[in-house]
Amino acid sequence: MKTIKTCATALISALLVFSPVAYADKWSDQFPHIKATGDIPGECSYESMSKKNYKGKTLKINTHAVPVMGEPTALHAEQFAKLTGAKVDVTHTPAGDLYAKAMVPFQAGQAPYDIVFGFSNFINDWKRYLEPVPKKYVEMKQMQDVTPSHIGIASWDGVMYQFPVDGDRHYLKYRKDVIDNPKYQKKYKADTGKELRVPQTWKEYGEMAAYFNGWDWDGDGEKEYGSAEVMKKDDLMYAAFYSRSAAYSKNPKTPGGFFFDLKTMKPLINNPGFVEALTDWVAATKYVPPGGINFGLGDEIGSFGGGQTLFSFSWDDAFVAAMQPDSPINNKVGAAQLPGAMKVWNRTTNSWDEGFNQAPFFVWGWAVGVAKKSKEKEMAFDYLCFFANEANHQADIGIGRFGVNPFRNDDFKADVWTQIGWDKDIAQSYVDTLAQMEESKNRVFPLRVPGTFEFNAALATAAAKALAGQLSPQAALDEAAKQWEDILNRVGKDNVRAAYSVGVAMEDNKL
Amino acid sequence: MNFKHKYVFLFPGLFVLIGILIFPIIFTIRLSLSGWNSYTPEMNFIGITNYIRLFTDDPRFWESFFRLSFLSVTTVILQYIIGFALALIVWREIKFKRFFRVIFLIPMMTTPVIMTVIWRTFFHESLGPVNDLLGNLGVKPILWLSDPVIAKFTVIIVEVWQWTPFMFLLLLAGLLSLPKEPFLAAAIDGASPFRKFVYVTFPLMAPISIGAIIIRLIEASKIMDTVFVLTSGGPGTATETSSFYIYIKGLREFQMGYAATLSFTYLVIMIISLTIIAKVLTKLMIKE
Repeated sequence: MKTIKTCATALISALLVFSPVAYADKWSDQFPHIKATGDIPGECSYESMSKKNYKGKTLKINTHAVPVMGEPTALHAEQFAKLTGAKVDVTHTPAGDLYAKAMVPFQAGQAPYDIVFGFSNFINDWKRYLEPVPKKYVEMKQMQDVTPSHIGIASWDGVMYQFPVDGDRHYLKYRKDVIDNPKYQKKYKADTGKELRVPQTWKEYGEMAAYFNGWDWDGDGEKEYGSAEVMKKDDLMYAAFYSRSAAYSKNPKTPGGFFFDLKTMKPLINNPGFVEALTDWVAATKYVPPGGINFGLGDEIGSFGGGQTLFSFSWDDAFVAAMQPDSPINNKVGAAQLPGAMKVWNRTTNSWDEGFNQAPFFVWGWAVGVAKKSKEKEMAFDYLCFFANEANHQADIGIGRFGVNPFRNDDFKADVWTQIGWDKDIAQSYVDTLAQMEESKNRVFPLRVPGTFEFNAALATAAAKALAGQLSPQAALDEAAKQWEDILNRVGKDNVRAAYSVGVAMEDNKL
Repeated sequence: MNFKHKYVFLFPGLFVLIGILIFPIIFTIRLSLSGWNSYTPEMNFIGITNYIRLFTDDPRFWESFFRLSFLSVTTVILQYIIGFALALIVWREIKFKRFFRVIFLIPMMTTPVIMTVIWRTFFHESLGPVNDLLGNLGVKPILWLSDPVIAKFTVIIVEVWQWTPFMFLLLLAGLLSLPKEPFLAAAIDGASPFRKFVYVTFPLMAPISIGAIIIRLIEASKIMDTVFVLTSGGPGTATETSSFYIYIKGLREFQMGYAATLSFTYLVIMIISLTIIAKVLTKLMIKE
């Protein structure tokens, strides 16, 4: 009798302990995307969604082009449709058109899309047209793991308008098998007299990239190049430029604004710090792959992730793509903070402050909201909640081309990454890099002001002209600054100042 | 029967005309006098502020306009020359005439956006087959899309490839409709093929040629899809055309009021310039 009792207890215990795995098996059989974890219980898990019935209803989504964010949107739409019976229509739009694709119907009082994807810095322009995320989603367990900074990014005045699905920052990615290779270290030292190491400054980055440009340094029979960067005008290149500018222009001694002087609202983007960064960038056109001046984000991911270049810097995607099992450079890459500079512009003294300076750029990331005029708000929020559920999130962050990057506390643990096949030291350096950026006191946050798209577009056009050789860096940035003044006058300095002060407070570590 | 009833039959056409032509123009003019943008989405009245901005403070528009003029004139001239040559070839009694006629028309029947994506892949500087092929012949990679000058010619190549068949079609139809007598007379006089072309074919084709050139100029001046897909106006602003610039201002930066100003101004310029071009071509090509 005792034996039977023991066996029964063991059986019940085993059933209780392994019941989630039983669910996991059940759902991962149908949805191989989550085969690594299976379903993870939660308010928006596969199991929970399967109990919803949206048969006869249609959900319309406008998202980015495939693959970055467009592919996971479509994949989760298909899964959501299977689970709930809903019909989900997904429209894919190029990055440069996401803003207007939502704004036109917003302003016309229409809702052709229930869900609109964009960038988190659109929040100021979009928030009046978006439905705040309902309390039940804000308070659910899944949301509790989102880092406070990403909750802040998705919110304005304490109200969450964007459902967190992504978290971004720019950092440096490099080929570990080259930089840490003693043979190349020796050769580089012999040829240049300098150390081959993870570049500490943008000048070092440029020197190394130029050295390793245009020859087959990994022995695959193909030429490799120095750097892959987002240089295409309408494809987020402004963010790449801000990343290169931060070290030269974000001076911890001069708080009160990176893009504008908060007191006077004078644009700072043509000061010598930004000009130095653009001069470096123009030089970079010589060490990018052929056609690199037209690289958008997808090209950059494909180029570095495919093993074509020594360096890259931007979002996590290229790094994660490089670390995928099918990548030719799997476990051959390293992550580090963005390079710094040996001088930083001091706008108070109007001179350079000598000494090492580094400033991480928090680009933030993809953002998504539900249209206020949508007639399917509940289904829309359920879809977003499902998109970001734990099982989907863990699968998504391991696929570089998806563009889904860490924004939850759990993502900052090395174990999450070693479980998907990353070498322990690479996983550790990756999470350390992200953590160091979080801890930095000299961070730059993107512009989140009314008319943000106009400001960034003006800057991108000017920088693109410099990259194409149409204007000198100084002339290009003077042109951009003049346009920023015009935009300020149209939008109203006080409107912009009020919104910008929030970002400045974050940069000055007051929030 | 009341004679005035006949006007009732005009209403449907008139209604359509007002709906699709008159109203949009009037609306555009009104919008151009407003400051509608992303942060003030309203039809306020700001007078001619946008027009002052365009004429005093927007060199990018004028640069894009002159770039467009260069691109459209160059592509149309090339399309005319190649289209005329092809039409002359299949106008003669040659083998497989019908086959060639169909082959020459294929580019025009393809979807411009899809074909431009394919061209972009061909011209991709590190992964595309064109540079690969040239590399096998010992030619250094050409910066088809990254060099400000070469990128313009890449756009021209794609446009010429896509739209020469249209010119070919119009000119071939023209050739087939020409009277035979002048050619017989020229043959009796012993005129060489060259003289026949210069003194008979070309003058007889002049009215059709003018029509074809004007139609293509109107179309070429709206060039947007090729630029959008192939270069996005880049590198820098090297291939940005007026229509693409208006699109950027209106639908990317969301300056609707200002974009309306650009659109209306562009419309007026195009009407005037195309009227002048038509007059000049008539004077040059049609001898009384």
